[in-house]
Amino acid sequence: MGRALARELSRRGHGLFLLGRTEGELERSARDLELHGAPPPVHYARCDLRQPELFEGALATAETALGGMDTVVVTAGLFATQEELESDPRLTAELLQINFTNTILFCEAARRRLLARGGGTLCVFSSVAGERGRKPVVLYGATKAGLTRYLEGLDHRYFSQGLRVVTVKPGFVRTSMTIGLKPPPFAGEPDQVAKTVADAIERSRPVVYAPPIWALIMAVVRRLPRFVLRRADF
Amino acid sequence: MSTPKETTPRRFCSPPAPVTGWGRFPAREARLCANEDLPLVTPHATLSRGLGRSYGDAALPAKAGDALASTVLADRLLCFDPETGVLRAEAGCPLWRIIELFLPRGWFPPVTPGTKYVTLGGMVAADVHGKMHHSQGTFGAHVVSILLEVSDGRQIECSPENETELFDATLGGMGLTGHILEVAFRMQKVPSPWILEEVDTFPDVRSLLLALRDAGQRWPFTVAWADLLNPPPLFGRGALMKGRWASPEEAPAHPPAAKKSFRVPAVFPDWFLQPWMVRAFNRLYFYRAQRAKGGRVVHPETFFYPLDALHDWNRVYGPRGFTQYQCVLPVEQGFDVHERFLYRLRELKAPVFLAVIKDCGPEGRGILSFPRPGISYALDMPLSDRTQHIVDELNEIVVAVGGRIYLAKDALTRPQHFRAMEPRLERFLTVRRKWDPSLRFRSALSARLFGDQA
Repeated sequence: MGRALARELSRRGHGLFLLGRTEGELERSARDLELHGAPPPVHYARCDLRQPELFEGALATAETALGGMDTVVVTAGLFATQEELESDPRLTAELLQINFTNTILFCEAARRRLLARGGGTLCVFSSVAGERGRKPVVLYGATKAGLTRYLEGLDHRYFSQGLRVVTVKPGFVRTSMTIGLKPPPFAGEPDQVAKTVADAIERSRPVVYAPPIWALIMAVVRRLPRFVLRRADF
Repeated sequence: MSTPKETTPRRFCSPPAPVTGWGRFPAREARLCANEDLPLVTPHATLSRGLGRSYGDAALPAKAGDALASTVLADRLLCFDPETGVLRAEAGCPLWRIIELFLPRGWFPPVTPGTKYVTLGGMVAADVHGKMHHSQGTFGAHVVSILLEVSDGRQIECSPENETELFDATLGGMGLTGHILEVAFRMQKVPSPWILEEVDTFPDVRSLLLALRDAGQRWPFTVAWADLLNPPPLFGRGALMKGRWASPEEAPAHPPAAKKSFRVPAVFPDWFLQPWMVRAFNRLYFYRAQRAKGGRVVHPETFFYPLDALHDWNRVYGPRGFTQYQCVLPVEQGFDVHERFLYRLRELKAPVFLAVIKDCGPEGRGILSFPRPGISYALDMPLSDRTQHIVDELNEIVVAVGGRIYLAKDALTRPQHFRAMEPRLERFLTVRRKWDPSLRFRSALSARLFGDQA
């Protein structure tokens, strides 16, 4: 999803800096984005949500390379099925750590930098999984619920100082994250989600569902009574 | 600074589920394994699969449940040299992405098949051809280099200069030499992003074939469409489409806009597509072609990819699916054999709903590449209990006249027919065995035609 969004922003001519886990992959992605229209050269730095000690340095490198940055996008995160998590407490601990604590630590670092230069946009991928506690996403959904609330609070607290928070809530999208899962109806494609999110960033929309139909679906799911969710399998 | 130990489970593969080619026949269970970093999933896969646009069983596993490396997430462009036009990209990069990015800059792939929903890896594996075969050869003629993961896990850069035997076996090798990871090929500079098209109609098949051959002398792109459901004397009447890139003076000032497209929402019931409907459609198409006679400037996608405007059009053929029988027949002995071939279709009452005829130029360097000098016939037929018999009968003629069939379309050819029409097969199998002694790479097609173990 990060790749699709970065390509969409490249097509729109935005200057980009990449953060990711492996140098070789980052290098290839940087060249791909230049060929998609991002002003060359696209630089990158190693960063990993497992390693909070890298966050400050990576963001500083990005800001220098770009000559000031007005937007930070966070698409990284970990996904595992409820069954995998329940059978592996270490994996559970890692997922909770990465998706909640470390993602928020990264956002805090980004927020400080954006506010220091008078504001900017922080776009973070949360998930529709955080809207209700549901059987297949008890743990993953909990991290995303926490992240969503954090982003909401950030928006309320710093809006007047120029911070624009964009919380993205993707529904099911066909990516490498969801490869083993059976796509539900209304599954989205990354390219289409990328357009929706790029629009949201350019217009500073605080909350965006992607594909947009998921706003409607979640409006229904949010209103389902407890006895339904106890029986339902989604 | 220590890197924490990786505990992330490697969830790269889907559970076993039936996959098919574009013809929706046959189907076989496979696990599809995909990742943006392709070499993470290739080591355990018996075959690579792209967008699944080969029609038959070329991108199906030899054994139900085998793991296939799905290349579609490995789709990055890696470098482009505007001096030479050489573009390098990952194997899963779709052709539509290349066109979308490069046509506005004045570049187009030198060879394109009839759909843009193919991957570069698939274009190499099938050594695709198109309306420009007589002028440009196959896609392989423009490939500068291929990065291939061979059976022992090594990555080999093969090209016309390096590991040429492996290169030649990989062009048109249906993915059986290894996992194609990256492809570099030479793009073509175009004078404008528009096509100048000229359409002609012909009352019978012989005049159509003669005109097709003749037009190839002057036009870089030619293709003919024939109505094979009409009884004689109208049997085989059809239209000839000729095209070339429009010059800047002929082209409109604005760039071609994105084309509107529609999707076939569901698999149609199998009683839906009736011969009378196709006959009516053909008549309409013929009259429209008659009216369109003469030259006009058209959108390149209208010219190259008319069927891409209807996504999932293969669903129209219903749950049983369809097959596209494609063969090339030599012209050295004249057109009599061609007419006999087409009239045999009529005797067999073959329900040919769509017939596309193309002019083929000299043979390329791919050991198993399909095209050879002659005329190629691509015939769409809904699948029925008679289809196997029809294919067998047609293959008898192809063997007799020294033609061959196209593996990327095939689902039904018998191994004895294939061997009889492919004297090149032994050479291919020798190279393949040299690089893959245990025949790790195999597909449903290689099991069917080459006798690989399932």
